Amino acid sequence: MAERAARRRRRLGGYLRAIGAVIWKDLAAELRSRELLGAMLVFALLVVLIFNFALELDVRSRATITSGVLWVTFTFAGTLGLNRSMAVEKDRGCLDGLLLAPVDRSAIYFGKTAANLIFLLIVAGVVVPLYSLLYNTNLLVPGLLAVIVLGCLGYIVVGTLLASMAVQARTRDILLPILLFPVVLPVLVAAIKATNGFLQGLEMADIWPWLNLLIVYDVVFTAAAFMLFDFVVEE
Amino acid sequence: MDATPRGLKILTWITVGLFALASYAVLVYAPREAVMGDVQRVFYFHVAAGWVGALAFLVAVIVGIAYLITKQRRWDTVGLASIEIGVVFTLINIVTGSVWARPIWNTWWTWDPRLVTATVMELVYVAYLMLRQGIDDPDRRARFGAVYAIIGFLSVPLTFLSIRIFRTIHPVVIGSNDPGAEGTFDMTAKMFQAFMFSLVTFTFIYATLLWHRIRLQHLADRVEQEKVRLLAG
Repeated sequence: MAERAARRRRRLGGYLRAIGAVIWKDLAAELRSRELLGAMLVFALLVVLIFNFALELDVRSRATITSGVLWVTFTFAGTLGLNRSMAVEKDRGCLDGLLLAPVDRSAIYFGKTAANLIFLLIVAGVVVPLYSLLYNTNLLVPGLLAVIVLGCLGYIVVGTLLASMAVQARTRDILLPILLFPVVLPVLVAAIKATNGFLQGLEMADIWPWLNLLIVYDVVFTAAAFMLFDFVVEE
Repeated sequence: MDATPRGLKILTWITVGLFALASYAVLVYAPREAVMGDVQRVFYFHVAAGWVGALAFLVAVIVGIAYLITKQRRWDTVGLASIEIGVVFTLINIVTGSVWARPIWNTWWTWDPRLVTATVMELVYVAYLMLRQGIDDPDRRARFGAVYAIIGFLSVPLTFLSIRIFRTIHPVVIGSNDPGAEGTFDMTAKMFQAFMFSLVTFTFIYATLLWHRIRLQHLADRVEQEKVRLLAG
């Protein structure tokens, strides 16, 4: 009995190590090439800049549209990152190498997802304080940061799965947003509404339904992607 | 396989007959709604088209799962056929809704959650068709199609829950209504009969189209095989 438990623990340890190795590989590659994060950050700032002119972000309108601007920025920058992170694997044959590794394939999926999430959260970590500074609105509210983490999680969980499908298609770069946006919309709607709630200082009772919806979709999409990833990469 | 199967011929004629009867039921048999007038008659086909859309997407998920388990091409054929039909009927649903909304809500379109989620559902399956178009290898196309049909369907429950979660102006004819709903009415017995008859008719239309579409796909596959054989020989 004890032996079986120990074996199970060893197997779980191996699984977590495999996830860690994939994350570490992505972070190390990014640290050396600095291709992805730089592009995502500059792109995100440009989106905010364009919104500034397009929407005339003055004091009054800022209160109501900040959450929309933030999430559109994260969504666009995220698409850029997802496309790139999967295209790199595909082009240089890394994906085949990864799939040959004697680990459960879902470990590869969770590793890629975690790495993508880290990149997107770094972008958010720069955009949010900068936005607060530039527009003199305090976005550093604990609840709001939790919404950003939950929203980015839901977005990346579906995004990583669909990106690994999109890179295998002929029309890959243009295909990802078309596949991703309609599916991930429930996550985005819930995140935008919850962000708006925190920014306008609504009661928690008004924000909870959206937070619940966000959490439910995070769980549902994670479970679905976990089960479906095998079919996406099998040859 | 070259001649149309006998069952399909019979089913097609039954469907044509049912559709004629349903048109009569909706346009003549059902009474004129007192407040909204004749435009309320859009409701019967509007809901029936929405029902076929939802049914088609549900079928696509079930055969998608069946394909991923068994890897048999025929499930993929059914899935593609079903989604193509679903896209058309969801579009009919949206357009007829718009026609009804113009006199009742005084606008063709409003950003109501119910309308938006129906549109999102439509876009999910348009994306599905684009995904398939971008992949040449038939096995991979079938696999990705099944995966996307399953993932996409997860956003569909929101469509049907939205009418209860969000505040909406879209009426619920069956069940309890949102107090803010506009254009709601109570069905009389004759209206209810016409409504149920449209639902049944549209379900028959779905089954007939599905069968035709699957048969068409088989023929297309065979043409493809013949082409390959000719080029090789």
